[in-house]
Amino acid sequence: LHHQKSWQEIMKWNGWGYSDSRFLFNKKGQAEFTGKRYRLSGLILPSLKDWFEGTFGANLQHKSPATPTVNLSAVAPPNLNEPFIEDLKAAGVAASHDPEDRVFRAHGHCLHEIFALREGRIGRVPDMVVWPSCHSDVEKIVELACKHNVCLIPYGGGTSVSSALECPHEETRSIVSLDTSQMNRILWIDEKNLTAHVEAGIIGQDLERQLNEHGYCTGHEPDSMEFSSLGGWVATRASGMKKNIYGNIEDLVVHIKMVTPRGVIEKSCLGPRMSTGPDIHHFILGSEGTLGVVTEVTMKIRPIPEYQKYGSVVFPNFQQGVACLREVARQRCAPASIRLMDNEQFQFGHALKPQVSSIFTSFLDGLKKFYITKFKGFDPHHLCVATLLFEGDRGKVLQHEKQVYDIAAKFGGLAAGEDNGQRGYMLTFVIAYLRDLGMDYYVIGESFETSVPWDRVLDLCRNVKERIVRECKERGVQFPPLSTCRVTQTYDAGACVYFYFAFNYRGLSDPVHVYEQVEHAAREEILANGGSLSHHHGVGKLRKEWMKESVSGVGLGMLKSVKEYVDPQNIFGNRNLL
Amino acid sequence: ILSYPRHPVLKKRDDFEDVLEERRRSSDLRYALRCYTPTLYKGLVPCKVSVLKSIVLQSDHLQCVIKQVSSESGDSTECVAEEASLILDEMAHRMQLSTVRFFVFTLSKAFKRLFRSVCVNEEGIQRLQQAVQEHPVVLLPSHRSYMDFLMMSYLLYMFDLPLPVIAAGMDFMSMKFIGEMLRMSGAFFIRRSFGGDKLYWAVFSEYVKTMLRKGYAPIEFFLEGTRSRTCKSLTPKTGLLNIVMEPFFKGELFDVSLVPVSISYERVLEESLYARELLGVPKPKESTSGLLKARRVLSEDYGSMHVYFGHPVSVRSLAEGKIKRSQYNLLPRYIPQKPSVDTHEFLNDAAFRLVRIQEENMVLKPWVLIATLLLQNPDGMDLSSLTEQTDWLRHLALAFGAFLDWPDHEACSEVISCSLALHRRLLSVSAGHVQLSVTDAPQVETTPEEAVFQRAVVVLSCASYRNQILHVFLRPALLAVAMQSANSSRKDDIYNCFNFLRNMFSNEFILCPGDSVQDFEEACYLLMKRGVLQVLEHEIVMSASGQSTLAFLCSVLDPFLQGYQVVCRYLCEETNENLTEKEFIPAVRSFCFVSLSSDLQKNALAALLRLKAVRKVKV
Repeated sequence: LHHQKSWQEIMKWNGWGYSDSRFLFNKKGQAEFTGKRYRLSGLILPSLKDWFEGTFGANLQHKSPATPTVNLSAVAPPNLNEPFIEDLKAAGVAASHDPEDRVFRAHGHCLHEIFALREGRIGRVPDMVVWPSCHSDVEKIVELACKHNVCLIPYGGGTSVSSALECPHEETRSIVSLDTSQMNRILWIDEKNLTAHVEAGIIGQDLERQLNEHGYCTGHEPDSMEFSSLGGWVATRASGMKKNIYGNIEDLVVHIKMVTPRGVIEKSCLGPRMSTGPDIHHFILGSEGTLGVVTEVTMKIRPIPEYQKYGSVVFPNFQQGVACLREVARQRCAPASIRLMDNEQFQFGHALKPQVSSIFTSFLDGLKKFYITKFKGFDPHHLCVATLLFEGDRGKVLQHEKQVYDIAAKFGGLAAGEDNGQRGYMLTFVIAYLRDLGMDYYVIGESFETSVPWDRVLDLCRNVKERIVRECKERGVQFPPLSTCRVTQTYDAGACVYFYFAFNYRGLSDPVHVYEQVEHAAREEILANGGSLSHHHGVGKLRKEWMKESVSGVGLGMLKSVKEYVDPQNIFGNRNLL
Repeated sequence: ILSYPRHPVLKKRDDFEDVLEERRRSSDLRYALRCYTPTLYKGLVPCKVSVLKSIVLQSDHLQCVIKQVSSESGDSTECVAEEASLILDEMAHRMQLSTVRFFVFTLSKAFKRLFRSVCVNEEGIQRLQQAVQEHPVVLLPSHRSYMDFLMMSYLLYMFDLPLPVIAAGMDFMSMKFIGEMLRMSGAFFIRRSFGGDKLYWAVFSEYVKTMLRKGYAPIEFFLEGTRSRTCKSLTPKTGLLNIVMEPFFKGELFDVSLVPVSISYERVLEESLYARELLGVPKPKESTSGLLKARRVLSEDYGSMHVYFGHPVSVRSLAEGKIKRSQYNLLPRYIPQKPSVDTHEFLNDAAFRLVRIQEENMVLKPWVLIATLLLQNPDGMDLSSLTEQTDWLRHLALAFGAFLDWPDHEACSEVISCSLALHRRLLSVSAGHVQLSVTDAPQVETTPEEAVFQRAVVVLSCASYRNQILHVFLRPALLAVAMQSANSSRKDDIYNCFNFLRNMFSNEFILCPGDSVQDFEEACYLLMKRGVLQVLEHEIVMSASGQSTLAFLCSVLDPFLQGYQVVCRYLCEETNENLTEKEFIPAVRSFCFVSLSSDLQKNALAALLRLKAVRKVKV
């Protein structure tokens, strides 16, 4: 429990990530990133201010600061189920109904959740938190929850962006947040089969670091890996940046153990593939905490790659970039990661360039810019960038790199250096911090994702971006929004597309409502253009309304009947998905 | 956007400006050669005509259909592809600015001779300028004359708008020289009927869609499919509408703007030609020599012409909540799909509404009112009572929302005498008595049949002017007739009668399917506001002062009711079992001269077929 407390203390209660790491505009009006944790930490970002003001029509004079501390008096007193607490105590499971602990676990990172916290508004929060320390603790908790009819909401890293952690308003029972953070050990590593058996509460970065100490990795790196948990990945069907080499979570798991109100569900062996009817793992993967708690997972592991190399390619326009990614996918030669940013995001990335250390570097940058825009004739308002990450043994990486750059050249792509590539991936980790900066200055935003067949990628990107712009205008947003996208994963039959959307909300009486309406419209547009409801964020409560349309009435009925059998009392009552 | 206001009277319309004024002051030649820099679509992918052609031929859609056709017919794919290429050659336009400039020069001359003024709403032009930049645009003009598309291109050139590509009937192609000229000014030619020809349809639709997707040029076509010989709007066709909407349905375009354009003539150039056609004199074949002979028309005065560019209608907003675009998710988009039942219904509804917008923005001249009255008084009218009744009718029309171009500050009698002068070919005025008649020098020997024919030409010509205002009176007139024939003042009974009539006449007039209740309410509202009726909860009662208005409205529909009766009587009394469709029109015509217009006869038969009163048996 000690670890848990300290974790909560170094994290923001009303924003993303570590308390010591944040963007701010200093007294000179220059942006900087505080702390020591990231490559960008402690650096000045000279162009961010202009980009920020220019893109959003924001002004550093107009601040919208957050409530500094959590207003504990606004937290409703807990609705405690005393017999449950007594039995729990007898079983020796750690628990708390401290308001701060409860508030911390009452939300994910949807815009409306963070916005409310910043304003000091606190809705329904769990009535207590329990910290099981192992699988059998979870068994006890679930058994007691069934006995006393208590609602359980599993909590891993708290990085949900689908309202999955929100307590249902209609829930009248005592709500207990089941925090898996104490179940964070690697139980064994099997080097013969290259598997590791891990408790599901482990956080991504810890898992990776601890495996690295043994010379291994899972290679599963979702953008949230600093904070998200293994159990969360399983429960949402997570996807990692390097899935091209390692696979998505469903490809990585060999065995899952989950505690449900009906008992424990697991397979009897560690065979790598089975034909034993529909794969029961697929009832668990993506169940979003509605069926039970994932306690232990056996995962594939790989030796740490010998060599890693970043790269980047500039394309004259987004169409060419997409065509190149499609060709790479066709030839099945995608590097560990390949991502294509559109022009707006390329400019955004540029705005995050730290102050250059020497005149020489700045001279070189100028020269590169001149070469690309003047000599090669790329229009700076159309060009876009793909970032690449290669992994493996050195010889093969270099060979692979050449193959990809050769393909890129066919689509007008110019190699643009390792630096740009590396910066692109670093952005992935700091971009979530940027939203908090925006919110200090009347700018709100969010990202969302989808997957779509190749032939529809361009149409979908264009239509969704334009729909966002149009909806903002119709809803009285004064300044055109930032509406941008990138292709973040390639598959044989399609791609994953990620959208960023943010706008200046000055002058709007209910900005979050406007935001939600626009996001809703954008999702409708995605679905109308052949995109999926979600590639890896999951459904939660935010996208529930489209589930039937997405999986058909029969499909939804199948899922409901599973829920009905596994959890007839609706103990796992977070009301996600169904 | 398409839900026009419940109170049509309050509709605000733009002001007009005469575009010929400037032409009368400066050199046409310099004008034709001036620098033309149109505003362009922001997503424009510029491409040459030849490139366009290869994009169409290489498209996945066409390639897919070529393979299908080849496997069905057994011909090699090369062979079918060659055929597709020939179809495209026959169809495609070859727009050339030099040809356009030639047309601009000659049309400037011609328009100045033909028309006193050509009035355009400049606000509409500005809206179009805006629309053209944002989304691909489809222009949907009304179609009353060959002049329509010439005028459209002329105006777009004038206002520095991109020149449209125009879907034209193949008949023009036969005019050797002119056909090619039209092709070079942006017309592309489609066969009149190609029902089952898969390949032709694929080439045609892909050609139009490619131009739309590339933002190549605005697409222009006539919803009504052909020129209306009666000046009544025709039941719209949905084929091309589907083609231009599909890129939106399938997500290939964010949106498409449809711009209804209403073109109205004070005197239609083809006036008597149409009347003769309706009487069974075959339409003269389009030929260049025919055109040269028609030069005679250049010497006449056709009054003024009005072009009203309506508000752009967004396909996206139209389809909102009506079309589920995700229905296209499960099939590769290049595989052609027949529109689903829902889509078809949507297209039909949209087409009707667009035509109604055209109707409502159609400018009406005073003569239209006079023609209406003269037709109701076959024995003629005294000038004084004509003046008085025209003035009364003018106020009624305005109250019903007519877009009437009545000269300001001019005495009613003055306005009337001007109108009579312009249309003197259709009437005679003697001793203050006005009557419809043939004023051409009477032929020496006219058989009684010829005399009837001549008179019929005049009546039908005149009717074509009355028809222009029918859409204003239609709903109240249906209500008036319904009240007369319901024999009851109960609202339900009257509505049932109204509904029956509306249903009966839905081939004759533009009545949006499914709008029955709305139309009924609109009619009630208009007549109530006019003080003609009192609409109570369950009853509709005529006011004491309403008699004359109701009588007028009934007589507006009278010719149509009589015509349909004649058709019915003929079918009941005269026909033996097997009447072929071809024989029908001449047979009815000889049965009774009252219903001479072939248009009415066709509509009546179509209605009876639709209502299953008559059955069509394939032989």
